[in-house]
Amino acid sequence: MSRRSPWMWAAAFFAYAFLYAPLVIVVAYSFNDSRLNAEWVGFTFDWYDRLFHDEKMLIGARNSLFIGLTASAVSTVLGTMAGFAMYRYKARLLQLLVLAPIAIPEILMGVSLLIFFVLAGVVLGLTSIVLSHIAFCIGFVAIVVRARLAGMDESLTEAARDLGATPWRAFRLVTLPLIMPGVVAGALMAFTLSIDDFVITFFTAGIGASTLPLQIYTMVKISVTPEVNAVSTLLMLLTLALILIATRLAPGVLRAE
Amino acid sequence: MGSTVNAQSRPERLHKWLVSGPPLLYLLVFFAAPVLIMVLASFRNPGDFGGLAPLFTQDETGRHLQLTLDSYGRFFSDALYARLFLKSFFYAAATAVVCLAIAYPLALLIARSPKRHRDIMVLLVILPFWSNFLIRVYAWIIILGPQSVFVRALNGLLGLVGIGPVTLLYTPFAVIVGLVYVHLPFMVLPLYANLEKHDPALLDAAQDLGANAWQRFWRVTFPLSLPGVYAGAALVFIPALGIFAIPDILGGTEGIMIGNVIKQQFLDTRDWPFGSVLSMVLTAVAVGLAGAAAWVARRQRV
Repeated sequence: MSRRSPWMWAAAFFAYAFLYAPLVIVVAYSFNDSRLNAEWVGFTFDWYDRLFHDEKMLIGARNSLFIGLTASAVSTVLGTMAGFAMYRYKARLLQLLVLAPIAIPEILMGVSLLIFFVLAGVVLGLTSIVLSHIAFCIGFVAIVVRARLAGMDESLTEAARDLGATPWRAFRLVTLPLIMPGVVAGALMAFTLSIDDFVITFFTAGIGASTLPLQIYTMVKISVTPEVNAVSTLLMLLTLALILIATRLAPGVLRAE
Repeated sequence: MGSTVNAQSRPERLHKWLVSGPPLLYLLVFFAAPVLIMVLASFRNPGDFGGLAPLFTQDETGRHLQLTLDSYGRFFSDALYARLFLKSFFYAAATAVVCLAIAYPLALLIARSPKRHRDIMVLLVILPFWSNFLIRVYAWIIILGPQSVFVRALNGLLGLVGIGPVTLLYTPFAVIVGLVYVHLPFMVLPLYANLEKHDPALLDAAQDLGANAWQRFWRVTFPLSLPGVYAGAALVFIPALGIFAIPDILGGTEGIMIGNVIKQQFLDTRDWPFGSVLSMVLTAVAVGLAGAAAWVARRQRV
C-alpha cells in the first residue's frame, strides 16, 4: 500500500523548486544581455568575456587554485594518517582534535586563527590561508578514510603481516591500495571545501591575498552585476565535475554522515 | 613471556606515534593553540591601537601580569549584547521551524518511495549544498531585490488589495529566507534517516484499529520521528546562530546577528578581548545546545 499522499508530492515539489530555482536563476541571468538581473533582454556571452578580462577575478581564481591544491595535498596526507590512527589505535585526543573543528562555529576558528597568526608574527596572506585550510580539511579527510577502513576486510592486512611484511610494507602494498578510493574522495572533498571556503579565509587573508570567494563577496557587497552570475556558473560546473569524480571513486561518500 | 609482550607492544606504540603524531601536532599548533590563545585573549586588555595590550607591564616593583574581567563585565552589563544574542536566537529558531516545515513532507516522501529512487532523491537535496555558499546567498539578492520579477509581481498583487509595495531585500525576512535556504539539507537528512527506519506494519496496525490518515501521522509517525526532528533542529540551529555572511549580505542594518558584531570587533573596532568574549559566549551556547541535543536524542532512543 502506498503511503504517499498528493499533498506530500506537492510539498516535496515545492521543496525541490525552492532548492533549485535560485541556482537556475543565477545561471540563466549569466547569459542575459542586461546589467540588471531583472528582465530578459537577450542572449550574450559578454559577462563571461568580461570575467576573463577581470584582473582581480583572475588573480583570485589563481590564488584559490593554488590554495586548494596545496591545502588538499597536505591535508590528504595528514588526514589519512589521522583516519588510520583513529581506526587502528582509537587515539582519543586525536579524535577530539579532528572532530572539534567541524563541530565548533566556523567564525570561532576564523577569529582564533587571526589572533594566532598576528601574535605569531605570520604576515596574513597566502601562507596563513593555506595553513588554516589544512587545519579544517584534515577532519573531513580523516572521516572519509576511517569510514573506508571500517568497511575493509581486516584479514588482508593480517595475512600480509603473517607472511612477514613489515607494518609499512603491509600498509603500502595492501591497505593503501584498498582505501585509495576513500583517500582520493577525501582529497577531492578537501579541495572543494578549500575552494569554497569564505568565513575562515575572510579572517585569515588580511589585505595580502584575495581568493575567488573573497572576490565574489566584494562584488556582491559593492556592485551586483551578472559577472557574479558568470563566475558562479563556472564554479558550479567545477564543483559538479568534482562531485561526479568523487561519486565514481567512492559511492556513498556524499551520503549523510 | 611478559618480555615478549613488551617487545611486541613497543614497536606498536612507536607506530602509533609515527602515524598519529604529525596530524596531532598540526592540529595542536593550528587549532588547539589558537583557540586557547583566544580564551586567554578574552581576559586581556585591548591595545591602544587595536589588538591586545602587552600581557606583562614593567615598573619599579617588577613585572605585572595584566589580566582583567573587564570585557566580561562589559558583556554582562550592557543589555545591547544580550538583546543581540536573543535576536540571533530568534532568527536561528525561526530558521529551524521553517526548515522543519519544508523538510518534513519531503523527507517523508523520500522515505516512502521505492528503494531504487531514494538515493537519487537524497542526492538531489544535497547537490545544491555543494555549490558555493556565497552563490546561494547571492541568488536571493536577485530574487528579493526590488527589480526582480518576483517582487514586482508580488507588489502588483498587493497593490490590488490596497497594500503598499513591500521591501524584502535587506530586511530580517531576507536573512531568514537565506538561512533557511542554506541550512535546509541539514534538516532533510536526519529526518530522512529516521523516517526510513519506520516499520510500515505500524501504520497498517493503526489503520486496522481505525485510525484515519491524520491520526496515523500524528499518533504514530510523528512521535517516532522526534529524534530525527531534534537532530535536524540542532544541525540547523547551531550553525545558523553564528553565521555572519548571510545577515551581512541580505540583512542591511536591521538584520544583523551576533556573528556580525564579532566580525566588527575583530576587523573594524579591533577590540580583540571583547570580540573573544563574544566568540566564547557564542561557542559555549552552541556546544551546550549540541550537548543537550545529543542527550535528548540518547534518551529518546531508550
